[in-house]
Amino acid sequence: MTSQAAPHLAHRARRRRDVVTPEGIALPFTVAGRSARAGALLLDLVIMFVTGVLVTLALIWIAGGLFDAVGGPGQMSGAVEFIVILWTLFWFLLWNGYFMVMEMGPRGATFGKRAAGIRVASRDGGRLTPEAVVARNLLRDIELFLPIVFLLNAPSGDGGLAGIAAAAWFAVFLLFPFFNRDSLRAGDLIAGTWVVEAPRATLAEALSTEGAARAGSSALTGAEYRFGEAELAVYGEYELQTLERVLRDGRPEALESVHEAICRKIGWNPGKGDERAFLEAFYAQLRARLEADMRFGKRKADKFS
Amino acid sequence: MKAPILRTLFGKAEVAPPPDIEAAALRSDRFRLEREHDWRRLEDIVVRMEKGRLRGLSDEDVLALPALYRTAASSLAVARETSLDAATLDYLDSLVQRAWFQVYGPRHGFVAWLRQFLGGGLSRAIRAIWLDICIALAVMVAGTVAGWLLVAQDKEWYYAFVPVQFADTRVPGASREVLLESLQVEKDAQGMSAFAAFLFSNNAGVSILAFALGFAFGIPSLMLLIHNMAILGAMLWLYHEAGLTLEFAAWLSVHGTTELFAILLAGAAGMHIGRSMAFPGNRSILSAASESGRRGAQVMVGVVLMLVAAALLEAFPRQLVGMEGRLTIGAVMLLFWLAYFFAFGRKRKATPA
Repeated sequence: MTSQAAPHLAHRARRRRDVVTPEGIALPFTVAGRSARAGALLLDLVIMFVTGVLVTLALIWIAGGLFDAVGGPGQMSGAVEFIVILWTLFWFLLWNGYFMVMEMGPRGATFGKRAAGIRVASRDGGRLTPEAVVARNLLRDIELFLPIVFLLNAPSGDGGLAGIAAAAWFAVFLLFPFFNRDSLRAGDLIAGTWVVEAPRATLAEALSTEGAARAGSSALTGAEYRFGEAELAVYGEYELQTLERVLRDGRPEALESVHEAICRKIGWNPGKGDERAFLEAFYAQLRARLEADMRFGKRKADKFS
Repeated sequence: MKAPILRTLFGKAEVAPPPDIEAAALRSDRFRLEREHDWRRLEDIVVRMEKGRLRGLSDEDVLALPALYRTAASSLAVARETSLDAATLDYLDSLVQRAWFQVYGPRHGFVAWLRQFLGGGLSRAIRAIWLDICIALAVMVAGTVAGWLLVAQDKEWYYAFVPVQFADTRVPGASREVLLESLQVEKDAQGMSAFAAFLFSNNAGVSILAFALGFAFGIPSLMLLIHNMAILGAMLWLYHEAGLTLEFAAWLSVHGTTELFAILLAGAAGMHIGRSMAFPGNRSILSAASESGRRGAQVMVGVVLMLVAAALLEAFPRQLVGMEGRLTIGAVMLLFWLAYFFAFGRKRKATPA
């Protein structure tokens, strides 16, 4: 539906999936792009790495302080041992727990995923269970770290043919997301999850309550813009929503060029200085017309249809 | 993004100015302005839930959430058919989706989940993969026997199986005294806890690998099991030759009953996934994989907990207790795990979890 109405969103429509919720509402999800996911992963790895290094340095610093305080390695082995335990467990928890704990939270996303505007969701439209989060993260090792190790080692030829075969085999896991429609990785597959876009849009002002769209005439010149049937018939929904973006952005040069283009198209003589009022009035009247048609089931996707 | 944060920062002072509904020239904008207040209230609640600040929510808000969610969802359905305001449509899309995640979000927190997990969830998951456990057990026994037989035939196999770190003094031809020495009770517990921590993170890493490899139809999991058990079989032969079978078994069983059981479960969980993908039955491969994956994940959480216990046992009782003590601890642990996994929580099976 949106895909017909908005050709500029066609590339996103391919990634769109409607999930029917338990109360029967079709909720549109957009499968997250592979690039967004790769970016989120890189960000997460950087966060994990930096945290790990900082904690390691802090523990080394504490251990150094212990040496100074006690004066020799003989007395404080218990304290040093405790630090070593802390360090070992910390790395284990960081490596395996970071993704799990973050994705079990109410936003279902790690810091990297939040920054990329994506989140983990259950593929069947149910809720995301802790088991699913655990399952999808247990496979990270064979999907990411082992393939990279093998791919780095294979060209050296140390492993012989077996090394190359192993590298090829692990590459299958690494490249898994590129060979299915929903860009599932192996972990998503066995956990029944997927990663979707989680947009956080704010509600913009209603355009038809302000300016010339409301008053019908320009506050600047008092001119009243009225467009006829034939003049409004040239454009469709795509052009309307482009005009909406231009009006919301409000950049003067864009307003001017759009104003000029519209005037040329409908055969008006473009004036100067009152572009915004003209465009607001045109937007309001075009939208009123297209929405009226819509209520009768007639939709006009763009100017070509 | 900014506005809701500021609003929640300054408490409930947020009351949107009444929209000038009549001023809107378009019918679809009037529709929007009439409902805008509800949407903003829903957004406010959702933002607070996403931040985990549930205490800040009043009872009215919590009660209103489902109704507000349905209002927004039906607004979205109407708006898609009547409005061409792209900004409003985008906003509603994102609002309904975020609210849906909260309405259908996790119903209980981590502690509640852990309680039901330990109180029967884990046992049920393990009983559900009994067939895979049997297969993995057979494979492990076969691996041990193979290791024993191969080394018994040709001592060179020992060096092929056993990694260098174990083959320090424990090599074929070593005297009985040297081998007995390697099973000795340590004098004190110094350095043992760090050893336990290392063992745990190492073993947990290996069992996660065994599980993850099950994804390739379970075959690599089996190979990993065979390889590890062949090492055990080879070492068993070595001590048997020196007449130390019972001592070695005692030395191993302290933590071995727990650790080998955990490795068995990890391999079985991996194989469960591989098997259900190879033979999905009436389900689609995807749903079979996700069902078994979630079950396997529960088992894996149990495996990690078992490995914590195994590392503690390995570091302290194994090095500090004599032979009878070692055997007793090993047998008790084995009985405990068997009882917990296969006898516990059976009644709850009938009640829907």
